[in-house]
This record gives sequence, structure tokens and C-alpha cells, in this order.
Amino acid sequence: MSEATMEKQKTARDHSWKWFLSKFGALIGLIILTVVLTFMSDKFLTVNNIMNIARQSSINALLAIGMLLPILTAGIDLSVGSILAISIMTMGIVSVNMGMSPVVGIIVCLAVGAGFGLLNGLLLTKLRLPHPFISTLGTMNIARGLALIITAAAPIAGFPYLIQYLGREFVGPIPVSFVLVIFVYIIFHIFLTRTQTGRYIYAIGGNREAAHLSGINVDRILIIVYTVSGLMAGLAGLVMVGRVNSAFPLAGLSYELDAIAAVIIGGASFFGGVGTVWGTLIGALIIAVLRNGLNLLNVSADFQMAVIGIVIIAAVYVDVLRQRNSKKG
Amino acid sequence: MTNQRKRLLSVKGIKKSFSNNHVLKGIDLDVYPGEVHVLLGENGAGKSTLIKILTGAYQKGAGEVYWEDQLVKINTPQDSMELGIATIYQELNVVPQLKVYENIFLGRELKNGSRRSMLNQKEMRKKAGEYLEQLGQNRDLADRPLEELGIGQQQLVEIAKALTIDAKLIIMDEPTASLSGAEVEQLYSTVESLTKKGIAIVFISHRLDEIKRMGDRITILRDGFKIETLDVSKTSTDYWIELMVGRSLDEKYPKKSFALGKEGFRVENLLVDGTKEPVNFQVNYGEIVGVSGLVGAGRTEMARAIFGADAHHGGEIFIDGQLVKIKSPKDAIKAGIAFITEDRKNEGLLLDQPLDFNIALANMKMFRNSMQLVDLKNIRTKAEEYIKELKVRPSDVELNARKLSGGNQQKVVIAKWLCTEAKVFIFDEPTRGIDVGAKVEVYRLMNQLVENGAVVLMISSDLPEIIGMCDRVLVMSEGRITANLPIGHATQERIMKAATANEDSASEVMKAATGG
Repeated sequence: MSEATMEKQKTARDHSWKWFLSKFGALIGLIILTVVLTFMSDKFLTVNNIMNIARQSSINALLAIGMLLPILTAGIDLSVGSILAISIMTMGIVSVNMGMSPVVGIIVCLAVGAGFGLLNGLLLTKLRLPHPFISTLGTMNIARGLALIITAAAPIAGFPYLIQYLGREFVGPIPVSFVLVIFVYIIFHIFLTRTQTGRYIYAIGGNREAAHLSGINVDRILIIVYTVSGLMAGLAGLVMVGRVNSAFPLAGLSYELDAIAAVIIGGASFFGGVGTVWGTLIGALIIAVLRNGLNLLNVSADFQMAVIGIVIIAAVYVDVLRQRNSKKG
Repeated sequence: MTNQRKRLLSVKGIKKSFSNNHVLKGIDLDVYPGEVHVLLGENGAGKSTLIKILTGAYQKGAGEVYWEDQLVKINTPQDSMELGIATIYQELNVVPQLKVYENIFLGRELKNGSRRSMLNQKEMRKKAGEYLEQLGQNRDLADRPLEELGIGQQQLVEIAKALTIDAKLIIMDEPTASLSGAEVEQLYSTVESLTKKGIAIVFISHRLDEIKRMGDRITILRDGFKIETLDVSKTSTDYWIELMVGRSLDEKYPKKSFALGKEGFRVENLLVDGTKEPVNFQVNYGEIVGVSGLVGAGRTEMARAIFGADAHHGGEIFIDGQLVKIKSPKDAIKAGIAFITEDRKNEGLLLDQPLDFNIALANMKMFRNSMQLVDLKNIRTKAEEYIKELKVRPSDVELNARKLSGGNQQKVVIAKWLCTEAKVFIFDEPTRGIDVGAKVEVYRLMNQLVENGAVVLMISSDLPEIIGMCDRVLVMSEGRITANLPIGHATQERIMKAATANEDSASEVMKAATGG
């Protein structure tokens, strides 16, 4: 890059450490974390452990990429953990209790997820509930309640191999679930940056009224957003069933919080319109690496919670700095 | 005469930079008690920065501030307030949910003498009532929730707030921008009564007729320099403009006339939400039709109904004689209508998205390739073309819209609509809050649109602009079109008369409009 163009970028884009931090903060955080943990535990930087992290991160990564969409529209989806549960419980009933084909089970699992997501979208746009916090808080309770009711609160085990495949198998050393994550993330990246609907999601989050007046069918896009978020909850459920070889109605309890945390740590703005797919992946990995590292260091789960809380606040503070930075001048 | 009096405020050689951007390069300003001192300058000339230094929002880089001939330091808004400087911003600093008196004493609540923790609401109500009375209002106003008040009265609440701190200098940043005709008159008389008490007013305005009417002296800023301070009554508005833009503008309104063509756009029996009578009008090729009226006359509502942004109850829209069905902005855009909204920040732009995305937004379809993916390079190229054509500065398409000045933001909004290849352009207050240079560019663009065969409708509260740029003017009042005047017959009085054609307020406003 020539000096002239560098100079141009400098003046044009507020090239300060804050800008740098907001752009690459999450990635730098992940690298520092990795380096520190490598020094603190010789078990950390091993192929085995890295693959372990990849596997552990995949459920949250799938929920988080779904969560990115509502957050990009300045919304939220609190129901993903519960949708995960209702999806896998219905799949259990269909493919274990009723003995139907695993393909039908998988389809049911994804369809129930997408269906509850669709419900979220309809509640928001057709009933005009004031904020998705409300509509998804409602479905969070409804879905969890239904998951308990339809199974009489009992877990279901003994899923067919095909259903367990995604969560259980490996290609070489790499867990299939992580291959799935990468594949899904690439699709989302293309969707968000290169399709009309994807761009509209950013537009709605950036300025809903301007988007509406630019001919965008805001309601339609929001319905798509919540449906996709629900679908990803169903997919995450599928991976989870493979990993633990059973489905239980309290599965995914408060998982929505980790998903939100991953999106926010990944640099998405809670005010909408700002956030990337790769940032979200890094956010999910930071949470997984932190959990893994703290486990290796024998830090108790209670402490882990507190540490993740600190990371969330630090990450959002970076978001605040960016906001301040971009509003200036 | 003012020179013999004691100066209230005197600033000398004020400089201010943001990193390498020198915004103020040495400003001198003297303000005397009881005068209305106008600051005039294009956007970016340094008016707001100067104001922010006086109110303690920014720290000055160099220079001195004297208050009643004493050297003072204004480091915080608190310092400024204690000196007796009050500021009324364009966006009012009020809490709509609180009552008027609570707003007036917000942050400086009166407490009970004996129990310091309890508020003395009785005293605050009484005092607030007194201040409001001084401003020609009813005492009872103090007890009403602020949100029930119109913008004009809300502004008076802010002025009452200034009186409670014994302000000697009140800074007003474009106070009339969002006021209706009657409210503007009310403000004029309020300002007059304030100056009679010896309170000085520093006034920022882009409206030259208003400056002429209210101002005593005017200081013109350009590119961070003070150009000159002049007596308002002894100098012409054209001279101010020349000083302000640093070159003589050939014309303020570069109106071009074209041969009147056939009808391009017609609205029939459009019933806008909340009005009783349907709206009918038509626009031909070759003309610019203005829509005038007071704030709240239903002009924006009509435009939004045409555009499908809000619900309307019946009515038909014809483009080139063909009926078009419009139920949403999407339909309107498909039919070839563009709507440049009055509020570009809240309705026009994605402030935290780059310019190219903003420009492509309303016609994303155009940029889809054979795989249905958005062609980012194509968007960029197209956006760069528009940015060049409309002279948007800075011209970097990757810059977020927030970083641009008002005039340049407006050009980006216009570029977005040019990109839809629309046939009918509805402009709503297209030059509000943008500087004279950018205004002329917007006008030229309208000429160009008409020349290239577009239909142009312009809603504007700026009467000189309507008279200067339009061929015909529709006047609205209470949701009805009350006049349809060829511009040759449209004097300011006639337009005002039609704009106030209703039962109650007509006589009052008319008196103000004609007698003032």
C-alpha cells in the first residue's frame, strides 16, 4: 500500500487504537487468550484439546449465528434454548417413541425449530408486540413448557445413528459438528453480505424507517430473521442429541445467554446494523476456549461464570468505544 | 450606539482543532446587552463549534473569553450556566413525560428549607407560573405535562428555564426551524421582550428574511474565520451571502423554465388519515410544483400516503394517465415514485453504513447477478458515478453516512432515489438545514430532473424557495388544498392567506403575516 492511500485511510476512517480495537478486538482477545493458556497449561495446545474445543463450541456457535440475525435488526431472540429443547423432544417422540425413519426425525426437528421461529416473527410483526424481547420471552416459556408436557418431563434416549451422526462423528481428527459450523458460517456469510435479504437485514437494523421508505418489506424480513434463528436452534439441538446420545426437556436451558454473549463479544452492536459472521465465530470460540482453559486449570464452574461475565462487559465496552468513535466528527 | 455600551461577552482569537482538522482559526465576537446577534455561515463554517465552546461542551484551543470585561474560563457547561449563558438547541432538552414546572426546574429543583430532601413543589409551580406569565403565557401551563404542548410552547419552556438561571445571554440554534407561522411570530415577540430586559440573544439561522427581521448585528463566519460583523439594517442579504460563500452566487434560485408538457402525475380523491376532505391535484411535465402550508397542514402526511408509507382511505394515483396501485413504499418505487423525506437522518439514511450501500438500498434488485447475489463491485461503481455527478464530499464511497455534513448527506439521499430511476420525485423540505451552496446544487438538480423528463413536487416551508423555484404552488391547510396558484400570482401574502384558511387561527396569523 502506498503512503498516500494509507494516509487517506487514516484520515477517512478515524484510525485510532479504539478503531483498531473495535475492528479486531475480538480476534486479538482470542489470540491473547490462546497464548496465555498455552503457557499456563501444557495440555492446552494439543490437537486433541483443540478438537475438543471445536466440538464444545459447535452448539453455541450454531445458536449464535442464528442469534446474530435478530441482533443485527436491533432485536433479540430469548427463545433459542427452549426451541432447541422442544425440537429435540419432538424428534425423540417421532423417531424413538414412534419409531419413524431418522430422516423424518431430522426434518421434524428442524421444522419445529423453524416453526417456533416463525411464531416469534409473526408475534412481532402481526400482533405488533412492542419488542422481540417480549415475544421471544413468551415463546421461551411456551416452548419449554411444551417440551416438558409432551414428554411428561422424561428424557428420551436411543436415537438412531443417522440422527447422532452430526454430533458424534469425526472426519479424521475433526469433529463433524465443527465442519458443519464452518459450512453454516460460510453460507451465512454469503447470505448476509451478498444477498438482497441479507443486506436488508443490516438496513433494518441501521434505520428501520429509512429501510421501510426505501421499499423494503420490513415485516417479511423480520419474519425470515426469526424463522432462521429458530431453525438454527433446531440444528443445534440435532448436534446436541448426537453428542449426549439423549434428549431431555431441560436441554439448552439458558443457552440463549451464551449465544447472545458470543454475538456481542464478536463485535455486533446491540443497537443493530453492525456485526459480522466471523466476529460471531470468534465470539463463540472465545467462550469455548475460556471454558476449556479454565477447566484445564481446575477453575470451578462458578468462577467460570464470573469470568465470562467480565468478558461480556469488556466486549460491550469496546462496542461503546466504537459508538463514541463513530459519532464523533 | 452599541459601541459605547459595556460589552457583555467578548471573545478574542478563539481557535479550535480536532486532531488535524482546524475548525476555528481565530474568531472574534462581541455581544452587547440587549442585542440580537446573528451568526451566519455555511455548514462547517464553525458556528456550532463556537457555540459549544461558549456553552462549555468543548474546550477552546487558543484565545480568550471575556464576560463583562473580566477574563473567564469556561471549562464545563456548569461554568457557562453560572456566568448566565443559556442555550436553546434545535432539539429541545426537555423530558416529555414530566410536567412543565418540573422541566423548568430540572436539575435545580427547589427544596424545602427545613427538610432538605423534600421537593418544594408548591414554590416551583408558583415560580414557573411567574416566568411563563412573563413570556405571555397562562400560569396554568406550569402544571401541564410537557408532551401536551406544541413545539413552540416547549421552546418557551426552555426560555423560561433560561430565565430561572438569570441568563444574560441566550443562545438559540435555529429556533424557528420546526415552528409554524404563528409560533414563529410568538417567538419573535418573546425575543423582543427579552432584549428589552437587556438580555442578549445569539441567534443561528439560515433564514435570511428572519435575520433581517429580528437581528441587530450579524457576524459572518467562513471556514473557521470571522469574515465581518455588520449592522443588519444597513446591509443587504445578497451581500451577506457573498461574504458567507466567498464568491458571488449568480442566483440564489437558479430557476430554469421549460415548456409545459402533458400531465405526468395525478392524485384523485386521496383521503389522508385524519382529514375529512380528499386531495386532488395534478403535475405536468416541464414544471416544478410546490406544496406550501404551515407545519401540521398535512403536507408530509399527504406525501406519505401517496408513497404508501402510511395507510390512506381510498383515492387513486395516475402516472402518465395510468392508474397505479400503491399499498407500500415498495409499490410506489416500482411505479416510479421517489420520496426524499424531510428528516434525512431518521428516514433517509443508514448512518452507520457506507455511502454505496445507502445509494443502492432502494434498488438492490438492479445489482443482482445471474446467481441472485448482490454484485458489490457494481454497487460501488454505480455509487461512485453518482457521488461524482452530485459532487458529494468527501467522495469515499466506503465512508459511513454519519461522517458527512448535512448538505452532503442530502445529496446521498437524492443519489439513492436517482438510482431507482424514478419518474416522479417528491421532495419534502429538501433544503432544510443545509447551507446556501448545497441548496443551489439541489435546485440545479431539480432543474435537471425536469429537463430529463421527471415530474417534480416540492414540499417546502421556505416561501422564498417556493416562489423562487416553482412554476405553480399548491397551498394546504388542515389537510385540504386551499389554493392552486401559478407562481406569477403567488405572493407571500396570498400563500399565507391560503395556508391559514381555517376558522380559528386565521385572523391571528393573518395579522402577523401582513402587519409584521
